[in-house]
Amino acid sequence: MSDRLPGFSTLAVHAGAQPDPTTGARATPIYQTTSFVFNDADHAASLFGLQAFGNIYTRIGNPTNAVLEERVAALEGGTAALAVSSGHAAQVVVLQQLLQPGDEFIAARKLYGGSINQFTHAFKSFGWNVVWADPDDIASFERAVTPRTKAIFIESIANPGGSITDIEAISTVARKAGVPLIVDNTLASPYLIRPIDHGADIVVHSLTKFLGGHGNSLGGIIVDAGTFDWSTGGKYPMLSEPRPEYHGIRLQETFGNFAFAIACRVLGLRDLGPALSPFNAFMILTGIETLPLRMQKHCDNAKAIAEFLSGHPAVASVSYAGLANDKYNQLARKYAPKGAGAVFTFSLKGGYDAGVSLVSKLQLFSHLANVGDTRSLVIHPASTTHSQLDDAAKTKSGAGPDVVRLSVGIEDEEDLIADLEQALSA
Amino acid sequence: MNHDAYPDNYIRAILNSVKSIAMVGASPVNVRPSYFAFKYLAQRGYDMIPVNPGHVGKELLGRPFVASLRDLGRPVDMIDIFRNSSHIMPVVEEALTLDPLPKVIWMQLGARDDAAAEKAEAAGIKVVMNRCPKIEYGRLSSEISWMGVNSRTLSSKRPPAPTQGMRLSLNRMSVGGGDTAASDRAAKNKSEQS
Repeated sequence: MSDRLPGFSTLAVHAGAQPDPTTGARATPIYQTTSFVFNDADHAASLFGLQAFGNIYTRIGNPTNAVLEERVAALEGGTAALAVSSGHAAQVVVLQQLLQPGDEFIAARKLYGGSINQFTHAFKSFGWNVVWADPDDIASFERAVTPRTKAIFIESIANPGGSITDIEAISTVARKAGVPLIVDNTLASPYLIRPIDHGADIVVHSLTKFLGGHGNSLGGIIVDAGTFDWSTGGKYPMLSEPRPEYHGIRLQETFGNFAFAIACRVLGLRDLGPALSPFNAFMILTGIETLPLRMQKHCDNAKAIAEFLSGHPAVASVSYAGLANDKYNQLARKYAPKGAGAVFTFSLKGGYDAGVSLVSKLQLFSHLANVGDTRSLVIHPASTTHSQLDDAAKTKSGAGPDVVRLSVGIEDEEDLIADLEQALSA
Repeated sequence: MNHDAYPDNYIRAILNSVKSIAMVGASPVNVRPSYFAFKYLAQRGYDMIPVNPGHVGKELLGRPFVASLRDLGRPVDMIDIFRNSSHIMPVVEEALTLDPLPKVIWMQLGARDDAAAEKAEAAGIKVVMNRCPKIEYGRLSSEISWMGVNSRTLSSKRPPAPTQGMRLSLNRMSVGGGDTAASDRAAKNKSEQS
């Protein structure tokens, strides 16, 4: 019964999970049920009124999902978490708690393309206005702050180029502006970077990527750092004001340093509905148990491949923060000393045609639109995800016609290098 | 005692040893946090006494309100103060006139008065500040994990099956389960600013 703090790998295996009290099952059971019986009418009323802890309906909470939530909260050093159906769902649920129609949030320009679409188009129809800033120019975040700013959103390791964001510098801007800093930590995973240690107030993930790790289950998660004071100035009424849907409860005063996670659950997930399947939660939990082992192998392979590509005559440039001469190497050493991730881009001297040719000749790398799988993945953005853009727009978003993106898997590095070698030289 | 981060064993020992709790500022309004906490602790077997001069003559879940700590008429193990930080000191001073003294003075989530805590500790009373006993009970029994909350405990032991519905044991064997140090730091910064 000591208060000794366990290490990351111990938490990855144990946090949130204990033997099932009824059956003794050691693995976390899949509670594949929509609903849970109440003890009596008073118990039901207490649960619906948020007065008791417990299960009601899987759209609001599920015991398998709860294990996943506690585990990721523990790995990130947060007070609580909420699992949802995808990383995109996590972003909608987070911003729904923070923004009213007409409000703004500042987002780093370097983001996953899907997030850029979601922020630019889908959120516009909710009246949530994104203002872009440049993560390589911290002052651009300060300049973007207005009285309507409600949050700042960045990626710890940015997709697709693998650049590292100066989380502490941007958290200082957020604190000064009195708004929470949201960090998408998908490409780093808490094994490489724990954004809360650097000033993040909210962490989101696509669990689909490195946390689940096996390319078999979609999921997303929101982690509450328990660091932001939602009570001041009525700026965040979802948390600070009496909620009519819960008979006038104020979530911050009732739930303290995990009020944001509760708001996401009882106002966001309950009403928007993007619940995670307990089966997916089970698959992702199983993946997380080996996260430290996989993530290190991903990073070691990625570094070896980046070094190989840097020396290859067909390659014009490699953008990987783990390389000593990379623009982001200093930030990588500070924020991600164990490795700079496993998603990066490189450009080919042969341009667009060389990119198409490379992708078609690779035998082990799979040509598809995902990252963070055990398998190595490749995509040529100019002929696929970014094909609708003109060349200037492609280049601006880091997806010029000559650019290829890799997500390096956990196969033997010699085999991956041999595959690239034959595809580049053929 | 370091009031920025309490060891789990400190909180566990308090919740395991106290039997009677006088709740100062208990509200009969069923959306107030004090009502939730009062009901939850009563359901877990604590002998609860509501203290609130505005409701004398009424009952809270079958227990009659008393006006002040002087009116308790019997010894209590713990005083749980549901008042803002600025109203803590008079309550603690009143508690220090009781004979016998309470063993524990607990100040609710958001409430902290270091000078009052020092006075109580000088009299041999254990103090907890800026915590909720309901949340701490839920955390240490792992019941709160159902809400996705980081209980900061780990256990490989099979817990006893819940009895009487959702009631779990507080006495499960567990080890520390990771930090939420950022949250503690934020709370400390806030208390230093105010």
